[in-house]
Amino acid sequence: MTVAIQPRQDPVARETLIELRGLRIAYGDVVAVDGVDLTIGAGEILGLAGESGSGKTTIANGVMQILRPPAHILDGQILFRGDDLTAKNAEELRKFRWRNVSMVFQSAMNALNPVMRVGDQFVDMMRAHERISKRDALLRAGELLDLVGIDQRRVRAYPHELSGGMRQRVIIAMALALEPELMIMDEPTTALDVVVQREILQQVRDLQAEMGFAVLFITHDLSLLFEFAHRVAIMYAGEVVEEGPGLVLRDAARHPYTQGLIRSFPPLTGPLERLTGIAGAPPDLASPPAGCRFHPRCPYCVDESSTLHTLQTTVRPALRAVAPDHRVACHLVEQQG
Amino acid sequence: MSVSISAPLEVRGLTKYFPAGTNLPGRPTSSVHAVDDVTFALRPGTVTALVGESGSGKSTVARLLLRLYDPTAGTILHDGANVTSERGKKALLAYRSQVQMIFQDPFGSLNPVKTVRHHLARPLRIHGLAHGDDVEARVLALLHQVGLNPPEKYADKYPHELSGGQRQRVAIARALAVEPKVLIADEPTSMLDVSIRIGILNLMVDLKQDHELAMLYVTHDLASARYVADTVLVMYAGQIVEQGPAERVLQSPLHPYTQLLLSSVPDPSAHERERIEIHKGLAAAAIDPKPGCRFVDRCPLRIEVCSHITPELVAARPGQSARCHVTAPSPQIREEIHVDSTH
Repeated sequence: MTVAIQPRQDPVARETLIELRGLRIAYGDVVAVDGVDLTIGAGEILGLAGESGSGKTTIANGVMQILRPPAHILDGQILFRGDDLTAKNAEELRKFRWRNVSMVFQSAMNALNPVMRVGDQFVDMMRAHERISKRDALLRAGELLDLVGIDQRRVRAYPHELSGGMRQRVIIAMALALEPELMIMDEPTTALDVVVQREILQQVRDLQAEMGFAVLFITHDLSLLFEFAHRVAIMYAGEVVEEGPGLVLRDAARHPYTQGLIRSFPPLTGPLERLTGIAGAPPDLASPPAGCRFHPRCPYCVDESSTLHTLQTTVRPALRAVAPDHRVACHLVEQQG
Repeated sequence: MSVSISAPLEVRGLTKYFPAGTNLPGRPTSSVHAVDDVTFALRPGTVTALVGESGSGKSTVARLLLRLYDPTAGTILHDGANVTSERGKKALLAYRSQVQMIFQDPFGSLNPVKTVRHHLARPLRIHGLAHGDDVEARVLALLHQVGLNPPEKYADKYPHELSGGQRQRVAIARALAVEPKVLIADEPTSMLDVSIRIGILNLMVDLKQDHELAMLYVTHDLASARYVADTVLVMYAGQIVEQGPAERVLQSPLHPYTQLLLSSVPDPSAHERERIEIHKGLAAAAIDPKPGCRFVDRCPLRIEVCSHITPELVAARPGQSARCHVTAPSPQIREEIHVDSTH
């Protein structure tokens, strides 16, 4: 078995599974997600990248409808196959979660109950969602473990008897139990070592190809997404600033922030030169900069006498297509055409 | 390794066992060989990267160097003097003024109710390095050095008013306050945002050059090790399995474990390169290890001898050595394999 996770070109037109329209989510007065339009096609892997505080996890929690006060949706819609999730009541959502959309958290491996056998935790979860006997649920648990490369007999194990990587696989198996159409993975491998990370991603990719579920994959590790995702969206300060196929972003990113992010990863091969990264720090979302939110850190926002500078500091740039499947929110790119 | 020029910090045969399992009477106590026969020297003006997965023992090495643990065996030499069994308060204070540490978590390593000024002035006073008005001047100079400008603005801030990257810079300034010769950084960027990390790595490179610091950079991030380090040590299950010049180890690794690590790193610039086969398994803690190579169960290159003779670190190329019977065989092993194949 070779483990190349090849980047995948995605020629098929997909049926839209999830569509976010003008989504705005706030924590009290602080708007963490500010006007996001995004779609995920059926069977598609969408990567969502950005720094902490950029709003990635808030979007995930919004799609899963697990926002807790003070977080609340200010505006916009979250459509699942055309159905607005924000209009659903608690019981409808309970049925929707896990059956239609499941979620794997960063520290999910710590979410297992330490005093309960792994198999019993599968049984509980399955019986909460469907009529199934304990014996059948346990059998199914074994099959699911098998699917993620864990010995079936481990249904009898307690979580502490499994390594971190195995516990994370258990959670992924649980997330797949009801065959959801979308699996949200929020930094699922950040706490794991690189070797284990590669094994798990390889497995998720194989399962995804086989079972056809869509994945919303959230990470700060852009290089990972270029390998793993069909399409990548870059978030900055609550907004999507660029979106396109992974390879297009890798080779021809247009937004200065995306370019800066790419320049922040030292290369493992090839020539080594001093990297500059991105000057400054992400803004405080309680008082985001006017105009383009990236302008205080932007290397192309310098000439104060230019009309471009006026635009950059006063007008919020909109996401605009620069190619059929590549969108960028940047005044400079707009000017260049 | 040359002994003629004494390195600011050097370890020889450093070993640390932790008890594991039960202490029930009648049952033998087993032990985890967290660090097993580790030898290296930190040179002024160079960064040595210690890389490996979690559980490989790299953080234990850092803690041993800081004298937070007592080693089971081996010696720690500071400027050529054996400090392994120094216990006196004064001696430890002197040692720690020369060997400083930057921790992974800049949120946990600063006191939330004290200002930046307090954090930097305290080591200066404790170690008697500045008095009276000099303290303030030193504090501001340190802040300037780590890129927190204007220093006056940052001196009065509390940790919660700073970003993660700024906090890590304060932690670095605090370590530099006592003018150490050795700086040990344990995953200093892993909790920082991507766009901030490179700034801290650049700062480390600059400090190494400007202060002739001998640095140990403990990390699991191979790309960042390549970026800052001159020398790389690769740890697996408590042992150094490969060491050599950074570029050589990371571009043409000898040990199959180094190859496995490298091929696992997501690297968008090198999609098409070949990845080696993975044998499932984990960097298992070495509990009462038997003779033989500790990587043998996962190794695609293993031969018969690997499961019963422990490989030594053998210099297979100039400056680059590995613990592997296949890619870096010792003369004895070479002979043995030869004898085997003629039978």
